[in-house]
Amino acid sequence: MSNGDRFLEDFRAAFMDERAERRSRARLVALAESEEILDVAYRTMESPLGPLLLAATSTGLVRVAFDREDHDAVLGRLARDVSPRMLAAPRRLDLAARQLDEYFARKRKRFDLPIDLRLARGFRRTVIARLPEIPYGSTSSYAALAARAGNAAAVRAAASACSHNPLPLVVPCHRVVRSDGGIGEYLGGTDAKRALLAMEASA
Amino acid sequence: MSRRPFEEIIAEHGRAVMRVCRALVDRDDAEDAWAETFLAAMRAYPRLRPQSNVRGWLVTIAHRKALDQLRGEARRPELRSELPEIVVPDETPDTDALRAALDTLAPKQRGAVVYRHLADLPYDEVGRRLGCSAIAARRNAADGIAKLRRQLEEGKRR
Repeated sequence: MSNGDRFLEDFRAAFMDERAERRSRARLVALAESEEILDVAYRTMESPLGPLLLAATSTGLVRVAFDREDHDAVLGRLARDVSPRMLAAPRRLDLAARQLDEYFARKRKRFDLPIDLRLARGFRRTVIARLPEIPYGSTSSYAALAARAGNAAAVRAAASACSHNPLPLVVPCHRVVRSDGGIGEYLGGTDAKRALLAMEASA
Repeated sequence: MSRRPFEEIIAEHGRAVMRVCRALVDRDDAEDAWAETFLAAMRAYPRLRPQSNVRGWLVTIAHRKALDQLRGEARRPELRSELPEIVVPDETPDTDALRAALDTLAPKQRGAVVYRHLADLPYDEVGRRLGCSAIAARRNAADGIAKLRRQLEEGKRR
């Protein structure tokens, strides 16, 4: 390597400043929050079911995603469906993360935090809005859920609403199983669904 | 056409924007200029045309924001005092000396060095910004680097 290249490398490196990057980034997050242009804040957290992605609008929690959904793909869809003005900014998710930790530690039976159901539309949204009525530790069927949502014949649509629930765990679609005793689909996988039902049953 | 999450824009360009800010102003002002640059970019981001040259766009904003800091127009002291002051010795004492050396270059040399070697812009774009050809931009960058090297070596000998 020539002397000139070495000088150039040192020259560039001299203008790298990780501390300044961290501080200016924190400043950007604060400014974006105060100007209300941080449309989607997100973070990841560890859980017994693997890493979870949490995303919130200024209205409330808008998405909880399991690792197998591919977090990058989920973020890309949030940029398309909600807004691309997104930052990894954990503070807005503090409450949700804490309540999820408590839930997994069996210290919390219901979630009490603002949610934003904009990713669920029409009948799906009606279905999802009824899910919190199913008590912790119990289950319901897709047929009962469809009836509760006002259309007893729409069993398949109710099942589809559950398998597209944007807020799994917090909105408990895992408590809905098939009338024939089958476990039914789950965004986090059927093993995760079984684990959650077992956890709630033993709490 | 949908846009990528803004966080990805920061991941891709944040470091180069910091180098440009750091080359133009001191550390405190560079931190403000960087934050103001990405704040302005985030504001405009939903309206950005999909084929845009994002790096060039950000460098233009950063240049303007750094000059705003120099003029003292954009300081946000109220915010600065909110952030915890981390007491760490300055690990990059050379940076301000280098910035002073950059300031001694002819304007086109300085511009070529900053845009090419700190912002990583291609020479034809460096030339467009400086109002000269890509070839002239390359020569200005090389001359600027050579002069910087001489200056800094002399500085060390002294």
